[in-house]
Amino acid sequence: MAKPPPCFGLPGRIRNIIHKAVCASVYLFLVAPILVIIPLSFNAEPYFTFTPGMLTFDPEAFSTRWYRDIWDNEQWLRAIRNSFFIGISAAVIATTLGTVAALGLSQASMPYRTAIMAVLLSPMIVPVIITAAGLYFFYSGIGLSQTFPGLILAHATLGAPFVVITVTATLSGFDRSLTRASASMGATPAYTFFHIIAPLIAPGVISGGLFAFIISFDEVVAVLFLSGTEQRTIPRQMWSGIRESISPTILAVATLLILVSVMLLLTLEVLRRRNERMRGIGI
Amino acid sequence: MTTISTSAGMTIDDDGRALKAKFARAERARQIKAAGLVAPLLAFVLITFVVPIGLMMYRSVDDPVAVRAIPRTLELLNHWSPDSAPPEAVFKVLGEELLSARESGDLGKLATRLNYDVPGTRSTLMRTARAMRRGPAEGRSHRDLFETIDPKWRGGEILAGLKSLNSPYTRSYYLAAADLTTNLYGDIVAKPPHQRIYVSLFVKTLWVSLLVTALCILLAYPVAYQMATLPAATANLLMILVLLPFWTSLLVRTTAWIVLLQSNGVLNDLLVATGILGDEGRIQMIYNMFGTVVAMTHILLPFMVLPLYSVMKTIPPNYLRAAESMGAPPARAWLDIYLPLTLPGAGAGSILVFILCIGYYITPELVGGRTGQLISSAIAYHMQSSLNWGLAAALGTLLLVGVLALYWLYNRIAGVDSLRMGG
Repeated sequence: MAKPPPCFGLPGRIRNIIHKAVCASVYLFLVAPILVIIPLSFNAEPYFTFTPGMLTFDPEAFSTRWYRDIWDNEQWLRAIRNSFFIGISAAVIATTLGTVAALGLSQASMPYRTAIMAVLLSPMIVPVIITAAGLYFFYSGIGLSQTFPGLILAHATLGAPFVVITVTATLSGFDRSLTRASASMGATPAYTFFHIIAPLIAPGVISGGLFAFIISFDEVVAVLFLSGTEQRTIPRQMWSGIRESISPTILAVATLLILVSVMLLLTLEVLRRRNERMRGIGI
Repeated sequence: MTTISTSAGMTIDDDGRALKAKFARAERARQIKAAGLVAPLLAFVLITFVVPIGLMMYRSVDDPVAVRAIPRTLELLNHWSPDSAPPEAVFKVLGEELLSARESGDLGKLATRLNYDVPGTRSTLMRTARAMRRGPAEGRSHRDLFETIDPKWRGGEILAGLKSLNSPYTRSYYLAAADLTTNLYGDIVAKPPHQRIYVSLFVKTLWVSLLVTALCILLAYPVAYQMATLPAATANLLMILVLLPFWTSLLVRTTAWIVLLQSNGVLNDLLVATGILGDEGRIQMIYNMFGTVVAMTHILLPFMVLPLYSVMKTIPPNYLRAAESMGAPPARAWLDIYLPLTLPGAGAGSILVFILCIGYYITPELVGGRTGQLISSAIAYHMQSSLNWGLAAALGTLLLVGVLALYWLYNRIAGVDSLRMGG
């Protein structure tokens, strides 16, 4: 039942066409820049634009040399290792602390819930440049700057709010009588947690963890201020690539990152559906 | 109150009280358990986030070095007015204190600190301290010695600058952040026009954020409306087009805009190939304000589409039909019925986009060139290049206060939970 917004005085059919055209151009604006990168990453020439050969689909004009470039470049390989190491470590910390906190926050007896929630979510609100500035001064005093632990802690802080929100949302649909039923049949609280609560909230916890991972994986402001050369991540390496020596290798990396985001998007969608199914509701 | 004895020897009154106490105890235990679950994350966030930011704010007023390095000089300067010639004793004491500051390692910090307020005086102080070991020649005053080392001591600026450092806390970083300074007498005055940077930078940041927010509303509205009115299956497909950029790395999106907009980029090539532009007439679309606005709009657009869509989804189409059945022209029905109902979504989305925009660093820094940079770039500059950490902290604190005020507003409009799609 598509109902176009009124453009004053125009007949419905024309309104409809205009609305569709506007929408199509917005979708184009959203997606085209990202899609343009993919073919350009196979450019045989070191240019950031389509060569005449590419436009006529000359196979000579395409190559995978920029992908081999990543493979041959120790800096990029180290950046990839660092990104996964920091991202996974930060996500584990954020998910553990965030899930436990969400369990507490979703209980009716939690005191000062609103105030505490505001503090816990604040790393998400405050611009990262300010968080990074604070940590930059803080770490320089205690010797954590340019270290892996410093960066992992920073990223865990930035990712934890997303875990809290995702898991709290999952728990808000959780039927409390299940835990009472379990307890009434003699289950210990630990047994109830691992056998009743955990399987039900698992999709929420996993999406929270993915959120925390992607926040770290994509984060560059904190990395810029808190890391040394040893801790460079993929986005940090791209930053240098854009600033200093612009080469199509960046486009190859970008294409791989787009692939990663598509996979994450699909995973989250699967988790969301699973969560809805388990809770027996469809939003 | 009468009490009735029971066979067990307990009174009902006692029993009631015991029950109440037991209940309170149980409630207390539950509270402690809930709080215990939250405590680890709370402690973590306090240590890695709240405390560092608190220390940053403290740094924006903290100014201990002069009080530590030249306390006796400050004491003497307190009685000195910049109109009169400084007494000889000031130079004598200052000479001694500079010498000992040089040994204790405070001299460099003091010189750097003074240089923030009185530019160009760092070397004067360093040079003076180095020369102090010799002391004045026979029959010459300390003042002569200072003025021989550097003629800058002749005017009162340096001494007035030192005098203004007489407290362990300073307002001068905030004054600098507001393009203000103090004159010889300690009155607050505007900086000379060519040194005014930050007020216009703050204003520019606000304008860019407003512009980006307005563009996001403009672009998000038709799209969200379309998705809200289409059948769920189609809407979900279209949603992927919004979520793909949302989930794509920020650096990838910024790179994409550089590829598209640079003067040898895809868009310019397209315009030249189609004959719209001559090869000489390529437009500079990036590394300026235009690039910043386009890239920021692209990056923040999903944050507007998502809240708008979720609000529009809840508006029953019957409302519009009802209005039209009662004779309202479609335009009227839409303006009077539909638009007001979408305002919470538009409000929440706008504040979210605005908050994210005013603190953005990466994109303006990479595609903004010289004209398209925002206040965050100034903070980064003072942290990493000029090393004026006090000024960086003051600028950061001002930005933080602005963001928190907006966040409070957002909370009033939308509630913090609706941030769940936010990044």
